[in-house]
Amino acid sequence: MAEFVKSEPITVYIKPSTRLAGLNLRDLWSYRELIFFMIWRILKVRYKQTLLGASWAIIQPVMIMIVFNFVFGTIAKVPTDGIPYPIFSFTALLPWGLFVNALNQGSRSLTANHNMVTKIYFPKMILPISSVLAGLVDFAIGFVVMIGLMIYYEVTPAWNVIWALPFFLLLSIITALGVALWLSAINVKYRDVNYALPFLTQFWLFMTPVAYSASVISEKWQLVYSLNPMAGVVNGFRWALLDAGNGPDAALWVSVTISILVLVSGLFYFRNMERTFADTI
Amino acid sequence: MTTAIRVENLGKRYKIGTAPAKFKYGMLRDVFVKKATAPIRWVRSIGKKQLILEDQPNYIWALKDVSFDLQEGKVLGIVGRNGAGKSTLLKILSRITEPTRGTVTVRGRVGALLEVGTGFHPELTGRENIYMNGAILGMKRAEIQRKFDEIVAFSEVEKFIETPVKRYSSGMYLRLAFAVAAHLEPEILVVDEVLAVGDAEFQKKCIGKMSDVAQQGSTVLFVSHNMSAILRLTEETIVLDKGKLLMRGPTQQAVDYYLSSGQSSSGERIWNADEIPPNAAPFRPIALRLKNKQGKVIETVRSIEPLMIELEYRLEAPLTGLRVGFYLSSMRGEYIITSFDTDDSQKYEQYGARSSGHYFSRCTLPADLFNEGRFSLGMNASSFGVRRYFQDEQVLTFNVDISGAPGTHWAEPRQGLIRPRLDWEIEKVE
Repeated sequence: MAEFVKSEPITVYIKPSTRLAGLNLRDLWSYRELIFFMIWRILKVRYKQTLLGASWAIIQPVMIMIVFNFVFGTIAKVPTDGIPYPIFSFTALLPWGLFVNALNQGSRSLTANHNMVTKIYFPKMILPISSVLAGLVDFAIGFVVMIGLMIYYEVTPAWNVIWALPFFLLLSIITALGVALWLSAINVKYRDVNYALPFLTQFWLFMTPVAYSASVISEKWQLVYSLNPMAGVVNGFRWALLDAGNGPDAALWVSVTISILVLVSGLFYFRNMERTFADTI
Repeated sequence: MTTAIRVENLGKRYKIGTAPAKFKYGMLRDVFVKKATAPIRWVRSIGKKQLILEDQPNYIWALKDVSFDLQEGKVLGIVGRNGAGKSTLLKILSRITEPTRGTVTVRGRVGALLEVGTGFHPELTGRENIYMNGAILGMKRAEIQRKFDEIVAFSEVEKFIETPVKRYSSGMYLRLAFAVAAHLEPEILVVDEVLAVGDAEFQKKCIGKMSDVAQQGSTVLFVSHNMSAILRLTEETIVLDKGKLLMRGPTQQAVDYYLSSGQSSSGERIWNADEIPPNAAPFRPIALRLKNKQGKVIETVRSIEPLMIELEYRLEAPLTGLRVGFYLSSMRGEYIITSFDTDDSQKYEQYGARSSGHYFSRCTLPADLFNEGRFSLGMNASSFGVRRYFQDEQVLTFNVDISGAPGTHWAEPRQGLIRPRLDWEIEKVE
């Protein structure tokens, strides 16, 4: 067994940092097991002492879908490019739910675990990362409902679903992680984040074609609209699963660029703020 | 011999605000205001002498110019009162916080035990928490698996290993938490006051485990207020006071130095705002005083007179189940008395729930109690089983003068910590 081999101990230099902190992803890699354990802990604990348990992962999106169906589908009669409204909105609610959960849990992950932050050394990035990734399980549960809906409405996805679905899923995770890194690091110092978050997610929901179709946005606003990476994700999901819309276009690449920018800047911002977490939290 | 830890000119500066440290995080609004008014302040500051780093108000050096080396395999004790910089030093060594100045060179994996049970989740079972906590402390899954049985055996909670830890008694919880940490086996172990918790039996076990770790060749840094633990575990000790390293020497010498010179011997200890840990709120200690019958603060206690101990404090919010009391111990760290103001059940009914305000708790120790020597007083304010608001096991020390005490007509030192006036009966039967 490898751990019995007594290797030459590593030497660590601790000194005040004067430069921009590097990403130090190697450190993160050496703690990869902790990410796994944190996700496992989140999942273990999430539905403890609840009556309905993991079925909440289904109830939440289904209830929203029913409300949306009533308000936007039956009363407002929002155009859906000919797709039945329930499946139209549920396709969008899946990635949106993943995103919102990641944002909510991720942003609070540091303050919620402030004991760990002040008492133990580990790459703090593990906390938002595991909060975001834990949402994938709820996504998977919700996806079972999605398949059921697709069978019921007799929708067959196009062949490109094979690469498109993982791609857009990844895009939503990248976006969520980027924003969660920013917000969790800011939240350590400014608890305003807790109050701003509900508004932020609500505004964001209206900015994203979840309840309506992106095709209602007039041509000249399309590019501005695609600055929101979640718009790209939701359109992508609809295209992949329901074969709706035009599929990837220039606007998608704007979305992709924005989310990568948010993630990379979030990583650097987080790393630089990390040095003072234990003192300011 | 190689050097395991080299600390050079280490300094850590904290910003102190008027608000308690707990609420120190800012509001975004303040930042906007600050940024907006920055040009005005800049114009105003022109012509004024720039403040040098040291003298800036609202900053406190929790650690300043601390340097020392530690050889591999040695055990070093760290003593000092609350706010001396002990915890800050450990936090820097374990890379939880960055120093403001200076460097530390650490050779080997550092295992920090600053708190037991970090990352424990009440809803998870004992088994699950062992894995979780082990991973947080930096153990690999395979390593935890290998040591799992050993950890369980050490913790003595075999029967409850599949029970959520929220159903554990506080003793079981602590034993399990310490057991995980004790099996970390790092090259360098950093331990902060974790032994202050738990019963005597458990403390003994912890100290035993730690000396095992030291004997296996690990380098250990050990912070404690418990002088007998420091004396037993370490050969060398450093004394910190107000962030500075006062001395380093053989433990017995360092402990003597710390107890006699490092702290107040004026018969009175008054806490400054910056000496009170932020998590003490809403309890705020003000002073601990020794007084004689006439109500005068005294430094030297006459054993033939009663001694009044006065605890002054403020409650910033109402507290229920509160008890405020003292520890009396010998200079070797053996406890002689632990007593609380609401020990009497009637008193507890009356004062268990206290409204906010300014309080005194006083008690009088009877005359003819102490033997000659030096004693130490500590303070504790807690709600049993709920929270410990404030604890300082070494608030002040005092000398006892025994002139006039029983048996002093023989000029000999008497064994024992106490010297009560006992009513001897001498009977002649023949």
